[in-house]
Amino acid sequence: MKKYFREISVAIALGILLLVMAIVAPGFYQPQPLLSLLTREAPTIVIACGMALVIIARQIDISVGSQFAVCSVCAGLLAAKGWPLPIVFLSSVFFGVLMGAVNGWLVAGLKLPSIVVTLATMVTLRQGLNMARQGEFVNLPDTVQWFGLSQVGGQWLLVTASVALLVVMAFAMKLLSAGRFVYAVGTDAEASRLSGIRPQLVTFSTFAFIGALTGLAAMMNIAQSPQVQPLSGTGLELKVIAAVVVGGVAISGGRGNLWGVFAGLLLLACVSPALTHLHVEAYWEKAIQGGIILLAVVTDGLRTRKQKT
Amino acid sequence: MDKPILQLTDIRKSFLAVRALKGVSFDLTAGEVHALLGENGAGKSTLIKVITGAHQPDTGAIQVNGNIVEKLTPASAHKLGIAAIYQQPALFPDLSVAENIALSLEPPKTFRRIRWNARHDQARQLLDRVGAKIDPDAEVRSLSMPEQQLVEIAKALGTGARILIMDEPTASLTHTEVQLLLGVVRDLRTQGVGIIYISHRLEEIFQIADRVTVLRDGESVGTNPVSKINEASLIKLMVGREVASIYPPSETQPRDVVVSLKNLGCASSGVRGVSFDVRAGEIFGLAGLVGAGRTELARILFGITPADGGEISLNGKAIQIHSPREAVEHGIAYVPEDRRRHGVILEMSIAANMTMAIHPQFFPGAWLRFGKEEAFAQTYIRDLQIKAFGPEAPGGSLSGGNQQKVALARWLATKPKVLILDEPTQGVDVGAKSEIHKIIRRLAAQGLAVIMISSDLPEILGMSDRIGVMRGGTVTGILDGKTADPHSVMAAALGQTEGINA
Repeated sequence: MKKYFREISVAIALGILLLVMAIVAPGFYQPQPLLSLLTREAPTIVIACGMALVIIARQIDISVGSQFAVCSVCAGLLAAKGWPLPIVFLSSVFFGVLMGAVNGWLVAGLKLPSIVVTLATMVTLRQGLNMARQGEFVNLPDTVQWFGLSQVGGQWLLVTASVALLVVMAFAMKLLSAGRFVYAVGTDAEASRLSGIRPQLVTFSTFAFIGALTGLAAMMNIAQSPQVQPLSGTGLELKVIAAVVVGGVAISGGRGNLWGVFAGLLLLACVSPALTHLHVEAYWEKAIQGGIILLAVVTDGLRTRKQKT
Repeated sequence: MDKPILQLTDIRKSFLAVRALKGVSFDLTAGEVHALLGENGAGKSTLIKVITGAHQPDTGAIQVNGNIVEKLTPASAHKLGIAAIYQQPALFPDLSVAENIALSLEPPKTFRRIRWNARHDQARQLLDRVGAKIDPDAEVRSLSMPEQQLVEIAKALGTGARILIMDEPTASLTHTEVQLLLGVVRDLRTQGVGIIYISHRLEEIFQIADRVTVLRDGESVGTNPVSKINEASLIKLMVGREVASIYPPSETQPRDVVVSLKNLGCASSGVRGVSFDVRAGEIFGLAGLVGAGRTELARILFGITPADGGEISLNGKAIQIHSPREAVEHGIAYVPEDRRRHGVILEMSIAANMTMAIHPQFFPGAWLRFGKEEAFAQTYIRDLQIKAFGPEAPGGSLSGGNQQKVALARWLATKPKVLILDEPTQGVDVGAKSEIHKIIRRLAAQGLAVIMISSDLPEILGMSDRIGVMRGGTVTGILDGKTADPHSVMAAALGQTEGINA
């Protein structure tokens, strides 16, 4: 129990929020708005799975927002050219892997600090995209929206797919050797290396993997609207990192799991609709989210300090 | 004799259960070079830290210039003119020489203008005083090691140091550089500075020191004028204790050669020309002083810093080892020295730690199987008598000795042919120590070739079938474990091959 204190406390906080809403503002529980909320969050859930891995491996990737935009625009252009949807899908994932691999190579191969590397790729990719597109939107063919399903069907597909991915990933991290290697490298890269694990390969893989997930998330995003705008994904990295940190993944690596990340993400996502239903002004949303993040970080800090003494 | 400028009386210091200093008395007069000598762990470092104020002694009196100092802190030691320079110069490599010197001269006031011209002149004067021809504007990064040492000394003098501690200042210097530095030390002596000189190089002590104090097991075993003592008697003072017969006896006759090194070297870690064989069932002890290259050799064998010269053969076949992963595949296991940092992952469970190096074999298809892992861990917990709440307990919850056993279990799980142990009982309590010794002996009896690095001389003598002694990055002697004694090992470690009456 003590081991999962952080995950459990986030889940309890989410539970309390949902309970309060049930009593004070039952209007919160309308199926369609909730489904839409989850659909909007689906790409974030997918990228958060990758970000959790990267942070557990003691790295960070702040270029996901830019990667997301590049994947979205490229996929949109291919779709507009009339490429079949499955090929567009794979291309988007491929572009993501490519960008992730570049980050991974710079961080693991050249041993550069990931925050600087991904800051550079974040700016470069975003600016490159702006220059190439000059702010122009990409109009998508009808077949892309909701992948040709009805709106409700498409929404269910996205939500189910993202949650299923999270569940699979959560189990994989626990049940596969690879998952344990990520924790081992994040806790103590040198000890891992001395045990015959290849920390650089592990680090590289987590970056390539978050790239793939970003490509997937981009597809989930463009399916939700008739156009792709080149500024999509701005600030996405902060949203994802916030969810991961609130969910109990230690920024110093080696600890946390995806169940916590899921709870953290839902907690942050519910703030805005909850405020609407409680008739609180929307300005408070960011402040409250910031407060939640701060609380999570302070709790972690106090706990690690207690462990050390 | 002059009145001492530093006098320590009956200094005692314990760390938890370890008594590092058991009543040491020491004095230093102005214009004297007083050498401090002792094995690794004899208490030299602790004594130095007491003098520089880094450690507070539990009991005992410190007098500086005849006045009793109640509580010596690093800041008050600085004010009293006590300065220390170490083996590795602790300068800021990106700042200039003058800036480095100025940093120690400047009183710690954050917002005060530094008069750079004055500082610059002062730096030049100080450098002149140590006879160094170094440009005060040069970046420290561009200086050689001895030049950096000289800057350190100039810096110490600049603070008005009257008591200068030199902790192995020559360890990384060449012969000519050493002579240069010793010249500076002589000059300082004539200027009335008292110098505490620590070195493992006996010839330097005879060249430079006036008196020499030998520490052994936290006690001072004698202070003598250098003129009245010779190298042999110094070595005898350093090691002079009986090897207790608590070690498990060697049972088996050694079998075939498992690992053979020919002229092995690695320029980047300073190891060169190492040749020896280790047989199955044999414990090959590696002795030597700190910095002799033992750990570096182990790291070469394990592929952490791959060799760039010579040959390693395993069961008669020449092999290349480029990474720890390859070493593991060849059946080489390495239990590193600093187990808290590189051995056991403290946050992970005992079971996860034990299977860390055998994932591909133990978990086919990369699926973890917790039941199997737990049962596996249980057998090792029983086998090695690890005291733990269970396989799921985190590594950090164990005592040092039990952590060491977990690290050992991880490597035994790889079914190695060659087991390299680096300080296997460092920081381990007495009971666990003898258990670990029994385990090592049993493993050898099962046919492992064991290479055991240890700074604990009784351990080396008690456990080893043969002893390789290292000095300056190479093996300088191989002794038979049955006939070796503390004197012969220490003599070889100090580079002394003649004049020892064993």
